[in-house]
Amino acid sequence: MMLMWDLCTNALDTAKLRGASYGDVRMMHLRQRDLTTKNGQVGTLAQSESVGIGIRVLANGAWGFASTDRLTREGVAACAAQAVSIAKASALAKRNNVVLAPENAYVDSWQSPFRKDPFEIPLEAQLALLLAADGEMRKVKGVTLTETNMQFRKIDSWFASSIGSRIHQRKVISGCGIGATSFQGEEIQKRSYPNSFGGQHALEGYELVESLELIKHAPMIAEEAAALHSAAQCPEKFGTLILAGNQLGLQIHESIGHPIELDRVLGQEANFAGTSFLTLDQLNKLKYASSIVNVVADARLDHGRGLGTFAYDDEGVPAQCTDIIKDGKFRGYLSNRETARFIGLGRSSGTMRTENWNRLPIIRMTNVSLLPGTWDYDDLVADTKDGILMDTNRSWSIDDRRYQFQFSTEIGWEIKGGKKARMLKNPSYSGITTEFWNSCDAICKFDHWTLWGTPNCGKGQPMQTMGTGHGAAPARFRNVRIGTAFSKQ
Amino acid sequence: MTIAPSARQRLGGGEAAGPELLPPRELRDIIETVLRLAKSTVASETEVHVDEVADALTRFANNGIHQNVFEHSVTVSVRTVTGGRTARATTNRLDEDSLRGAIEASLSLAHSEPRNPRLLPMPGKQRYHAVNRFVKATAALTPEDRARAVRLACDLACKKGQVAAGIFSSGQSQTALGNSRGLFATYGETHSQFSITMQEDPAASWAKADTPDVREINPQKLAERASEKAHLAVKTSELAPGRYTVILEPAAVLDLVGFMFYDFAATAVEDKRSCLNNRMGKQLFGKNVSIHDDVFHWLQKGAPFDGEGMPRQKVLLVDRGVPKNLVYSRASAKLAHRKPTGHGFALPNEYGEAPMNLVFSGGESSVEKMAASTDYGLLVTRLWYIREVDPYEKVVTGMTRDGLFLVENGKLTGAVRNFRFNQSLIEMLGNVELMSPAVRATGEESFEMVVPAMKIRNFHFSEVTKF
Repeated sequence: MMLMWDLCTNALDTAKLRGASYGDVRMMHLRQRDLTTKNGQVGTLAQSESVGIGIRVLANGAWGFASTDRLTREGVAACAAQAVSIAKASALAKRNNVVLAPENAYVDSWQSPFRKDPFEIPLEAQLALLLAADGEMRKVKGVTLTETNMQFRKIDSWFASSIGSRIHQRKVISGCGIGATSFQGEEIQKRSYPNSFGGQHALEGYELVESLELIKHAPMIAEEAAALHSAAQCPEKFGTLILAGNQLGLQIHESIGHPIELDRVLGQEANFAGTSFLTLDQLNKLKYASSIVNVVADARLDHGRGLGTFAYDDEGVPAQCTDIIKDGKFRGYLSNRETARFIGLGRSSGTMRTENWNRLPIIRMTNVSLLPGTWDYDDLVADTKDGILMDTNRSWSIDDRRYQFQFSTEIGWEIKGGKKARMLKNPSYSGITTEFWNSCDAICKFDHWTLWGTPNCGKGQPMQTMGTGHGAAPARFRNVRIGTAFSKQ
Repeated sequence: MTIAPSARQRLGGGEAAGPELLPPRELRDIIETVLRLAKSTVASETEVHVDEVADALTRFANNGIHQNVFEHSVTVSVRTVTGGRTARATTNRLDEDSLRGAIEASLSLAHSEPRNPRLLPMPGKQRYHAVNRFVKATAALTPEDRARAVRLACDLACKKGQVAAGIFSSGQSQTALGNSRGLFATYGETHSQFSITMQEDPAASWAKADTPDVREINPQKLAERASEKAHLAVKTSELAPGRYTVILEPAAVLDLVGFMFYDFAATAVEDKRSCLNNRMGKQLFGKNVSIHDDVFHWLQKGAPFDGEGMPRQKVLLVDRGVPKNLVYSRASAKLAHRKPTGHGFALPNEYGEAPMNLVFSGGESSVEKMAASTDYGLLVTRLWYIREVDPYEKVVTGMTRDGLFLVENGKLTGAVRNFRFNQSLIEMLGNVELMSPAVRATGEESFEMVVPAMKIRNFHFSEVTKF
């Protein structure tokens, strides 16, 4: 650990000598294990580690960033000098001097809580679990492809800044999921558990995997995949929609989480990720959603062990909870030390995050969550005369200002007369963000609330992949456009 | 302005350009060290990948640079085989203890799994066609060079009352692969990109170039093109969703057809998740559509060998609308009683292989000629957030972005609000009326390929957005 801090200090000293007015350093050590199976055979079986340092400096009022995995005093000093040279080059085409919101210096060490270190669980046991779940799915007639996966990460980061912060954080992240695919006639159908695209991911140890009971759920998932072929096609209409929590998590991610990123709002992502309809004049004015909708961006452990949970962000700002939507009104953005002043804040909301040591921290979602409502799930279904329940994402797309979206899910269920009726295949829905959220008239209570993990959020150039958290319970939306994705018009 | 690096005399370009890549001999030394260390373990076979990257990217928005980064890394990835089992461990620490640790981690993983009856012995020594895509001028580009080009683009935006955002990146990489059966392969390349979005409220437009040779990039010209199109797009009208004749610029074509490349993997067909299941040899697309995978094409990039070190072959995937061939790794080739085509991913993996260097045959038209031949249609600059809706009919959804223009009686008559599309790619490639010559296209949803602009009838727009 001392070596890490020595190298961080070396980097900051070199940057200052070369003319940097501010500097921060992230040394990171990532360990990752990936296990997959396919059709009863082991697929990927890999482990990796990566250690290096990323140095961000301000010089002549502009940013420079350089990173290296040559972790010698000479290598780090050269990297720091390079960061300063790059910052000076940035100043050749800067628009304004960068001004940072004040922040305190912190000296701290934090570790995310977990009960079972996934790297200490025997690999044989992990593979046996996946192969058993895989086997259960393959028993079902009509299933043509079975897949399972586990992923574990242990990330140590040492953050040091020229204002005196020295913060060490260790995070342990686990994830797993299973999927069954069925090809029949001219149709491919798939079901996943507990979520699509890799399952559930959280800031937890191996206890997450055990809690999800993959083997128990495997037969049902496989049966549904095969049964979808004979299910009725989801109709095309305007109607009542109930979203399962895993799909609602992604809906929050795309239509609330991204539009509130202040770098996007300020045009910094215009070339790639896009901008946002949430222009600065909308703050505290826009009726984003119906009055029962409350959304927060909460990185604190109190919120849960999500992929957006930490003690400090990658700019050395403590984790916070920010109101995003309060009683339906738009109340807040995700900001950093550079952008906070543009919305009149004296302090960053603590959302700067980096994928790895070789990437610049950028504004990212933390845990952007829909707070629980008051409904029991059974009561919500019973209260719905005619609707469609959609579960588990299959595809997602939204325009570059985050107005118009379209989602499809793996499976749907007709709700008739307050009861879950027949299965529907190829469900989809679409809409305009604020119209959709203003149509929300029921949200289930905390008993049905899960902090879902989205492990694959891409943003930035060069691209960075980040894990974000989204707490959600099933919710109901009225007069939603349904079935467009599969329209033959 | 064409980019002329100021520090081209010295590879690496000095302090600001970052450290030079390791001499190729050192990559070979790392591989030989790992192979030597592995000899004293229970590994019956060992394979080593060494990858080095040195990449820089200057990012601008609001008419100024706001991010400017450089990264350098070397990773060593070790795959061992023991008792019919195999696994991979990767590190970026190059000392002997760490390399030994990677070997041991790989063996430890492998010991934990059941024996794999399909695992093949590693391939021996291979012969490769040489390709040269390393351009010293690109490697020598400095942050100052990039900043000056960005400033010119931003000055143009200011002059036009517009706002510029984009990137200018350059970098170099090298890879070496060796195994305990004597295979050794190495490859290096440079890469550069300039991408610009010009915003003139409420509109925006976009242009981008990608090439191993930065001297081929003309940032000023790209900025002017995006600027002119943004100005044209300021006043928009709203059209009803429906089926339209579209003229897709190459970037739009690329980002759509990029969703089809994995369908040509033999493993995808074996797994029954390819849209080509039960469709090989049938007239699936129009007779004017032919597709090769060809890493040696002069507009392509990438190593001439695959993840196991097998030489990449040129493969005819689609012949006049008929899917003819798939690509094969060694394992999928053995299963199908075919020869490997050199498209396998590094083992172990569950995906097998994929063609990564698609080249469309193209035609003789041009975007201008396509527009001139169109009575009523839409010119599409770029697409965004494309996702697969139906994997077998290959329906994808997404949005138009950064310039959607109405063409009436052969002329551009105005801009229209962006549409969402839900379109079958199979149907689309059956409705191609005209094509330009194929070019090296670059977008944001797919890796670069060689594709033409296309005029397509009956393209399905399902909804319209607010801008």
